[in-house]
Amino acid sequence: MTTGELALHQAHAVPPRGWLRWLTTTNHKDIGTMYLVFSLAMFFVGGLMILLVRAELFRPGLQLMEPELFNQLIGVHALVMIFMALMPAATGFANWMIPLMIGAPDMALPRLNNWSFWLLPPAATLLLMPFVLALFGVGTGAVGTGWTLYAPLSVQDGMGMDFAIFAIHLLGISSVMGSINIIVTILNLRAPGMTLMKLPLFAWGWLLTAFMLVAVIPVLAGAVTMLLTDRHFGTHFFNAGGGGDPILFQHLFWFFGHPEVYIVLFPVWGFTPHILSAFARKPVYGYRAQVYAFWVIGVLSVIVWGHHIMTSGLSTAGLLYFMYSTMAISLPLSVLFFCWIATLWRGAMTFEAPMLFALGMIVLFGVGGLTGLVLADAAADAQYHHSYFVVAHFHYTLFAGGIMGIMAGAYFWLPKMTGHLYSEKLAQWHFWLTAVAFNLTFLPQFFLGLAGMPRRIPDYALQFADFNWVSSVGAFFLGAAQLLFLVNVVKCIRGGPPAGDKPWEGAQGLEWTLPSPPPRHTFQTRPVGE
Amino acid sequence: MSVKFPLLLAALAAAAPHSARAEWAWNFPAPVTPLALDTLHVHNTFMAIALAIFVVVFAIMLYSIFTHRKSRGMEPATFTRPSTAAQVFWTTIPFLVFAFIDFILMGIPAYHSVVVMEDTRSDADMVVKVTGSQWKWQYEYPEEGIRFVSALATTPEQIADRAAKGEHYLLEVDHPLVLPVGKKVRILLTSTDVIHTWWVPQFGAKRDAIPGFIRETWARIERPGTYRGQCAELCGKGHGFMPVVVQAVAEPEYRLWVARQKGEQAAQAAGAERVWSRDELMKQGETVYGKVCAVCHQAQGQGIPGAFPALAGSKVVNGPALDRQGRLVKDGHLDRVMNGKPGTAMQAFKATLSDSEIAGVVTYERNSFGNKMGDAVQPAQVKALR
Ligand code: HEC
Ligand SMILES: [Cu+2]
Repeated sequence: MTTGELALHQAHAVPPRGWLRWLTTTNHKDIGTMYLVFSLAMFFVGGLMILLVRAELFRPGLQLMEPELFNQLIGVHALVMIFMALMPAATGFANWMIPLMIGAPDMALPRLNNWSFWLLPPAATLLLMPFVLALFGVGTGAVGTGWTLYAPLSVQDGMGMDFAIFAIHLLGISSVMGSINIIVTILNLRAPGMTLMKLPLFAWGWLLTAFMLVAVIPVLAGAVTMLLTDRHFGTHFFNAGGGGDPILFQHLFWFFGHPEVYIVLFPVWGFTPHILSAFARKPVYGYRAQVYAFWVIGVLSVIVWGHHIMTSGLSTAGLLYFMYSTMAISLPLSVLFFCWIATLWRGAMTFEAPMLFALGMIVLFGVGGLTGLVLADAAADAQYHHSYFVVAHFHYTLFAGGIMGIMAGAYFWLPKMTGHLYSEKLAQWHFWLTAVAFNLTFLPQFFLGLAGMPRRIPDYALQFADFNWVSSVGAFFLGAAQLLFLVNVVKCIRGGPPAGDKPWEGAQGLEWTLPSPPPRHTFQTRPVGE
Repeated sequence: MSVKFPLLLAALAAAAPHSARAEWAWNFPAPVTPLALDTLHVHNTFMAIALAIFVVVFAIMLYSIFTHRKSRGMEPATFTRPSTAAQVFWTTIPFLVFAFIDFILMGIPAYHSVVVMEDTRSDADMVVKVTGSQWKWQYEYPEEGIRFVSALATTPEQIADRAAKGEHYLLEVDHPLVLPVGKKVRILLTSTDVIHTWWVPQFGAKRDAIPGFIRETWARIERPGTYRGQCAELCGKGHGFMPVVVQAVAEPEYRLWVARQKGEQAAQAAGAERVWSRDELMKQGETVYGKVCAVCHQAQGQGIPGAFPALAGSKVVNGPALDRQGRLVKDGHLDRVMNGKPGTAMQAFKATLSDSEIAGVVTYERNSFGNKMGDAVQPAQVKALR
């Protein structure tokens, strides 16, 4: 080795200090940490927005804000939670854990990895900046169309819409690059002997999420670009007056939007069996069945988008097709539920926070899944659609299925990532308060929807008053409960009892053979496969 | 904690809004059309099925959680998949159960409901055309030649908590849609600007109103009464303030109403023929402006910077409205109001306002908010431009 090469090697081994380290890092653990921290910050930003909304909805009448701001808050809340809290959290876990689980030294494309992350803060800035600009009298605030951006409302909307379009482009580029990285890593860097059918389920879930992202994000990018040209360059994609069709936008949006649900949930469903198996001290049940179920759901996810637009005037045949294909998703999903419960069956369970969150996720996501089955019925959907029933339904899938799942993963892996045990007592409080407050918030919304309250209204008729204040109270408890999580994470990063290599008695997998926290570089020599 | 928590809840309950109309409704409001009745049945059945699945599945899970614990000294089993024929049989059960529920138990009734819902045409007795525009509904009876706009009747003071809220707060309009009971009404929907959704929960009918396209649904109302709903698709800042009110009356009463409407519209048409005085036009214009334009352009014509232009001092308003031959000036004041500006929130008001209303509001704008054009536009001039 020449001295030059040696210096280079050392420069690589000793990372720069301070902020430069984070800006230039190509280390999967650093990048994973940045994703997770970003996600947590955005979770609170999005949460704060919706608490303002729930405060406005506490009682009838407009007390706190004009309808314009209300419309901006609900839409940006959704975009922040989906694209900047849930998806980056899943990507953060992927960065941290997939290389450890499959015995790879790092992600396959480390520089791309750095860039995938560093596109996120500019995207968040773009999306949120119009709020700030409006304070200085520039523009009318952020995007005001709800996260679905339906044309022609989005053609009419102020400059917040243009900011949102570019934010979505950045987020999309980041997701696609992240996905390519994950696909390449999983397909090429597995430890010798780890065939695809021995891949940990978390990696399987992510592999399919990554394929879905690569398939549908470009469609969303195309749709918002068409929106941009309709807004500024005189095209008429979504304008009937010029030969276009507003419903075309909805088809394109939901072709992305439905798979997006599984994009968010597959990583969670991937690590759920790891957690169940660890705390039931019993191997995962039905590994193959779960992999096949992922595949079937992944394929179904791109052919059922019409169930989001059943009141837009689809043909009778179209309605029936989307109804039956949507119902069919319950088949592979029932396989997953069966395998989860069978993994618990005759185990020796203990109930630490990861287990509690995983079980809570399963039960509450069950409510979301079953109401989804009911929503699939095109005739009854006419009543549910655009109402609070739908709002309740998708929070049971995305908050319970998504966020609570992510919490399970966070508690499961925090000791591995930080080397410290978190406070179990605080975590137990966090779980029970979250579970109770969550139901207090969203259960009443089912009834509001049935009684006829449309979603996205800043003010409501008097008969909706009771359930709304209950829901608002629940939301504030739910928000407050998440502060416990923040405290616990910060404490756990700072210190705490040492976690040891394997803090969970029943945990299985390569990542638990490493020290906690793992050294900066792991598996530089390939581990020997089983 | 144990003491404070109930106290806190009690305090919140006391702070919560109490009203005579607030009600804890658990299900759809009472259906009044065959469609709504059918939807309610389907909904009840499906919810019962979903609830049954939930209870059975989670009872099994709960049983496991309570018995298969380490603290009870359980030795964990090691099975990882079905190994005997009997186990394979049992594991296919959930799959089969769901296939049966999806495609037979739920699938067959759902099929029939969808077919009924989509059959808007056969045996239809009459047609009503509904046009959404930001943020009111226009109703049209093509066979009778009746047309009117139906807008929120709740006042801004009530919304801002400066006046007491009425019983039908936010669900009241100036002109409800009037329909006869027992007739199958085919409802055609469209929009002049963005997508709206026409929804009356008690009819089980909800359908989008899409600019440039016609969508349809239907209702056969079985009981006289007043039925209330709302726009269900986010359509801008007035989305929450765009109610639907339908008054269902017996056939003779309906005929009477039709006759009265026709009389009123004839009087209005006659109004377009005569020459109006400036004062008449200004008065008419002020009413229309307050009801229709002020939501965007604001009460004093100052607009909202960045969103809605100011009319006070506007070049368009302070430019010519008509040329010497009485033709529209392109992008002039009257042109903008009659034909709107495509791609913006400024819609073509010739679709929703009458000749005298347009003449009035244009005259009003030209001579208010500090604008001093001093001229007037006559209803007859507007009529000639349609
Ligand atoms: C939904 C909001 C909305 C309503 C209601 C509305 N307008 Fe407008 N109006 C606009 C917008 C937006 C523009 C700017 C269009 C453009 O980009 O040129 C506009 C422009 C105008 C202009 C041209 C002003 C200029 O300086 O360019 C006039 C005149 C006008 N409107 C009159 C009216 C009248 C009269 C009414 C009521 C009958 C009305 N508007 C109702 C949104 C609205
Ligand atoms: Cu509307």
